[in-house]
Amino acid sequence: MKTVTADPKGVDSGPHFMDGDHALAEGALAAGCRFFAGYPITPSTETAERFAERAPEVGAMFIQMEDELASIAALIGGAWGGQKCMTVTCGPGFSLMTENLGLACMTETPMVIANVQRGGPSTGLPTLTAQQDMMQARYGPHGDNMIIALCPDSPQECFDLTVEAFNLSEFYRVPVIILTDETVGHMHEKVVIPPADQIKVVPRNNYNGPKEDCRPYKFDSQGGHPMVRAGDGYNFHITGLTHNEKGYPAMTAEQSKVVVTHLMEKINGNADKIIRLDEDQIDGADVVVVSYGITSRIAVKAIQDARKEGIKVGSLRLITIWPFCEKRIRELAPKVKAFVVPEINYGQMVKEVERCAGGRKVISVNHCGGAVHDPQVILDAIRKAIQ
Amino acid sequence: MADTLRMDRMPHIWCPGCGIGSEVNSFADAVKRSGIDPKKLVVVSGIGCTGRVAGYVNFDSIHTTHGRAIPVATGVKLANPELTVVVFSGEGDLAGIGGNHLIHAARRNMDLVVICNNNFTYGMTGGQVTPTTPGGASASTTPYGNYEYPFSLPFLADAAGATYIARWTSMHSRNVTQSIEEALLRKGFSFIEIISPCPTLYLRRNRLGDGVDQLQNYQDNSILKHGADTRETAIDYQGKIVIGKFVEKNKPTYLEASDKCSIKLVGDDYQLYGKTIPEREAEEKAEKERIAARRAAMAAAEAQEQAVAAKPRKTSAPAAKKAAAAPRAAKKAATKAKAKPAVKKAPAKKAAPKAPAKAAKKAAPKATAKTKAAPKKTRK
Repeated sequence: MKTVTADPKGVDSGPHFMDGDHALAEGALAAGCRFFAGYPITPSTETAERFAERAPEVGAMFIQMEDELASIAALIGGAWGGQKCMTVTCGPGFSLMTENLGLACMTETPMVIANVQRGGPSTGLPTLTAQQDMMQARYGPHGDNMIIALCPDSPQECFDLTVEAFNLSEFYRVPVIILTDETVGHMHEKVVIPPADQIKVVPRNNYNGPKEDCRPYKFDSQGGHPMVRAGDGYNFHITGLTHNEKGYPAMTAEQSKVVVTHLMEKINGNADKIIRLDEDQIDGADVVVVSYGITSRIAVKAIQDARKEGIKVGSLRLITIWPFCEKRIRELAPKVKAFVVPEINYGQMVKEVERCAGGRKVISVNHCGGAVHDPQVILDAIRKAIQ
Repeated sequence: MADTLRMDRMPHIWCPGCGIGSEVNSFADAVKRSGIDPKKLVVVSGIGCTGRVAGYVNFDSIHTTHGRAIPVATGVKLANPELTVVVFSGEGDLAGIGGNHLIHAARRNMDLVVICNNNFTYGMTGGQVTPTTPGGASASTTPYGNYEYPFSLPFLADAAGATYIARWTSMHSRNVTQSIEEALLRKGFSFIEIISPCPTLYLRRNRLGDGVDQLQNYQDNSILKHGADTRETAIDYQGKIVIGKFVEKNKPTYLEASDKCSIKLVGDDYQLYGKTIPEREAEEKAEKERIAARRAAMAAAEAQEQAVAAKPRKTSAPAAKKAAAAPRAAKKAATKAKAKPAVKKAPAKKAAPKAPAKAAKKAAPKATAKTKAAPKKTRK
């Protein structure tokens, strides 16, 4: 990925005491996002508010749309209009956004969507924490499609991963979803925003070659292909229909194979380059706790207590949720006795771990939302794992 | 026309007698006449028969999801205010599934041109009832006649705050061209409704003949009323259709209002996407001058063309009468404002088919009365 240093105009360098939601907005501005369209929904609204407040001084555009359907639609227009774009929401809004999330995947439109998760289903728990939209992020839109999802565990990571989300989004031309949660969103901590020259950003890559060679798409299962910007004179066409590289509708089984394979493989095929994990004392561990987001910070306490009891426990924290780190789980499976998967849902990512665990014991530590785990529950599961 | 259409995508999907083709023709004509830079034009469509327009016009074009053309267009416009953004879609897309976006874009006075093909039916899916289907009309989902109250779209757009509203029918293609041209050259939310025939579904199902019969109906039943009160623009089944330019007013657009607010906050060095307001205004002024120059060149070329066309007729003896009139028309075209020729031509063209139309009318009223009577039965 070719990177440049961040535009200082959007970077509020220095130490801050801010919550995760505000850090999302600062991360977006630092990454060069200059267009934000959103709709209020707790617990994500603070991101929109911060962006709205900062927009005039940074020279960015903020608009509160009439609903989430329109918010993400505006991002598609904004992205092809030449801007890096972002929106935030939580479950109910994300459900609406899945419509044009599909269009964004199909048209390979870069954008970043943060889902500050709260408990569901439906209106559920406004506004108490949960991690219940993990599968929705992956499988929300109809049809086969693939996105990238990242999961911050702190306000600092909300900043860092938003910059990373934009970089991945620009390079792979895919929507990147930040799956944070109410606890991280509303938690105030120290966030250090580096100087602009230390922030690496992937700039928008606009096609500037001859008109006759202009293709909005290249179906080679790779990233790095330029966008075409409206107004540059290329007369591009994009559609949600199955299309050829020119962007024209091409609705055949053969073309569907080409397009769908490309959409899936440009992410899955590059999973090794995309996936980031945070591992601790994995070597020689009997039990590996697989966790993500706020739950990984609760798991730390349980892991420390288990180690005091002499249990060899490793921690595998998923920073990248999608694509799932199936290669790493398959590597670890023969070496460990069991995996313990705590998450604030009825058991979602645990199914991915089970799929790759090669028959090893996988213990789900589920939670129906509204609060974080009691570390004791995770500790009990670790004890059970070695029995 | 070849330069404004994607000829590599022809033939198009529209049925014979459908109104969308002539609307696209008017649109292409309007773009040319307006003098705007076609490179800076973006066309956004939703889903449905009219939703396919974006795929056939040779501009930057986006074919979106059902109902979401307006918010996508909003995104394009706000991401690059230099662009002229047109939404071209059907009434089911814009006023049904996308109704919320329509009223909010109008409320914001978002700088968009919205062209709405209203054929009272969901064509692509096989003729279902839409938010504008007149009471009593049959649709595949109202097989015993529509018993819902329809929207009058000009009234809806007016109530929501649109600053330019016009309605025409497929019969009035020159007026459509003129309205689109005006809308392309103005700022703010422009809404142009075009009542149009769907011979394959709406007309066949309601036994209203083919596209030409319906154009005759438009000719007979249209009432031209510029500045009409939009509350009085409702359309009854095969009833009178009030047409004209209903609303044209100025108020700050979303971007202008946003700029004003931001400059108050940040001061004179306020920038959007790295450009100050005076910089953007200067660019806009330069673009306006380029447009004016293109229009002047076109008007001059048109006048010359007319003058040339008039000359050989002078020499041919039998056409002496016509030749005498022609140079006068050419002179007028050259001296008067560019929009004028369209107005001048519209009645002239109308006058031509009037004679055969009148002849047909004698038979026609009975025919239309018959077709009117049939659905009335279903209403009872």
